[in-house]
Amino acid sequence: MSIGQPPVDSPEIRRLTPVLAPGHTYESVTEKISSIVLTRPTTLGWFVGFAIAFTFLGIMTVAIAWLIIKGVGIWGINVPIGWGFAIVNFVWWIGIGHAGTLISAILFLLNQKWRTSINRFAEAMTLFAVACAGIFPLIHTGRPWMAYYMFPYPSTMGIWPQFRSPLIWDVFAVSTYGTVSLLFWFVGLIPDLATLRDRATSKPKQIIFGALAMGWRGSARHWHRYQSAYLLLAGLATPLVLSVHTVVSFDFSIAIVPGWHTTIFPPYFVAGAIYSGFAMVLTIAIPLRKYYDLEDFITMRHLENMAKVMLATGLIVAYGYIIEFFMALYSGNKFDVFLVQQRLHGPYAPFYYALILCNILTPQLLWFQKVRTNVAILFLMSLVINSGMWLERFVIVIISLTRDFMPSAWGRYSPTVWDWATLTGTIGLFTTLIYLFVRVLPAISIAEMRELVHSFEKHK
Amino acid sequence: MNDGRSHIYGVVGEFETPEQLLHAAEKTRLAGYRQIDAYAPFPVEGLSEALGLRGSLVPLITLIGGLMGGLTGFGFQYWVNVFAYPMNIGGRPLNSWPAFIPVTFELTILGASTFAVIGMLALNKLPQPYHPVFNVERFSRASNDRFFLCIEAGDPKFNLAEGARLLQSLGAQHVTEVRDETKDDVWVQAHD
Repeated sequence: MSIGQPPVDSPEIRRLTPVLAPGHTYESVTEKISSIVLTRPTTLGWFVGFAIAFTFLGIMTVAIAWLIIKGVGIWGINVPIGWGFAIVNFVWWIGIGHAGTLISAILFLLNQKWRTSINRFAEAMTLFAVACAGIFPLIHTGRPWMAYYMFPYPSTMGIWPQFRSPLIWDVFAVSTYGTVSLLFWFVGLIPDLATLRDRATSKPKQIIFGALAMGWRGSARHWHRYQSAYLLLAGLATPLVLSVHTVVSFDFSIAIVPGWHTTIFPPYFVAGAIYSGFAMVLTIAIPLRKYYDLEDFITMRHLENMAKVMLATGLIVAYGYIIEFFMALYSGNKFDVFLVQQRLHGPYAPFYYALILCNILTPQLLWFQKVRTNVAILFLMSLVINSGMWLERFVIVIISLTRDFMPSAWGRYSPTVWDWATLTGTIGLFTTLIYLFVRVLPAISIAEMRELVHSFEKHK
Repeated sequence: MNDGRSHIYGVVGEFETPEQLLHAAEKTRLAGYRQIDAYAPFPVEGLSEALGLRGSLVPLITLIGGLMGGLTGFGFQYWVNVFAYPMNIGGRPLNSWPAFIPVTFELTILGASTFAVIGMLALNKLPQPYHPVFNVERFSRASNDRFFLCIEAGDPKFNLAEGARLLQSLGAQHVTEVRDETKDDVWVQAHD
């Protein structure tokens, strides 16, 4: 890239921190990324981390088993608050997934080179987050073995799903999102699976990677159609990812419950989804680059750019909060005004203030470059933002349901130990899948890294 | 011709850089060869044009998939709500089409995406576990750091020695014949 010659040690130079450390060749990127899967021994640290994650996954299994035995009564949900943790967690997880698609599809269409080394594991993160999200509405139905009722199939009862309901839209949006994310991820993996097949030394690995690579041989004719399909998938995934959290927000905004029935919900949910998703990408990227020595590939530039995206989407979310209040007060609707008062002074006000602290105030530190380039602070901040986004969904679901139109319909909600077990359990499931993923599949797209090496060589 | 040795699939040359491969592909085409293919560890810009590949069918297949998904989605909801299971809710129209848009949209994307992927794989004839180029020992580097150009025996102009010479003159470091093991018996006959 010819951007003149900036003076030595200026902010300009720091701004130009490369997306790939200098000195890499096709062979070196291939070796570095594939060795994590093929040759590096599994460390004790990996086993310890995996064991912890797996323990939480076990807790989830127990919690769900107990739920199926006893029913949803083991949760804290009650009559006015029918949604509770299940829906809070569903919206949280599905939002986290959005950053993966944003990185892989939208940044691809915008030709952002820095997406290259983070898109693969961000897409994996999307898939795992969607898996975690999908569990919640399923078990929240109370009779998960009858979940197929939600799909339109010709039943002997002669009934069909209510297609005018946002809950059915959700079924279609989330299942389409899961499928398309999987396709996108797999298509991106094909050339890398071929690389692993060619580099694997043991027979079982050759057979497994060989079968998954489907005989990919890097033919120009294949690349020609491959690129066309990849571009189309990116173009299709872009409106899809925007539609998914829009549809999730319809679950709320189509209802007339105070605090839910607003037109700001779709854009503000999408921004919040990307916000929490980028926080989760950072939560994963920072340890990943450290423990697998990937600092050359996931450079400071990536972390800084992600921090900037978080700052921007965080501000959109802040705007959403302001508009929520403004519209409530400006409309003069007494139920909406009352809800604002409840958020500020009601029984759940501490959650609201914690949300403002996590989502609005803390991220303002990201205006400073010193903060954006400090790995430890970024990691902590990513955890804070993830908690903040979880609180946001808690505030939306719980405060509105405990305080709707008639005082006789008011209620209180507090989660039980089973609610917490399921939430932490899905975090265990997510982490377990991430641990397995980095050991069995290339966490960074090797083929795209070679392209990056090539583009740097061309511009030398 | 292939010298009566039908086990020969073609001749392949190995190049070190994508620029060399591009140059070689252009020159080979200019030399009159049509059945040639290049192999690279990442998509090389301009290679499709150098090989004279025409636009792909993938976008059309994707469009068809999207249209089918969308029409199925809307048509099905229309059928359910108007004919199969009509519900009169306050006299509102049965065909409440705005409420059908989200599902129609999702199914459009689903149809287009699955068609794009399956279409791409089918046109590429994948999965294909066996291909003669895999018999070339050095070819495993095609998924790493080397670039290959293959002149296939099916080309009317094909001649093993001439093709090899051409590839060498274009800067190929290793030039190897590609054997097709599935035609081994013919090869035995030819040499007996």
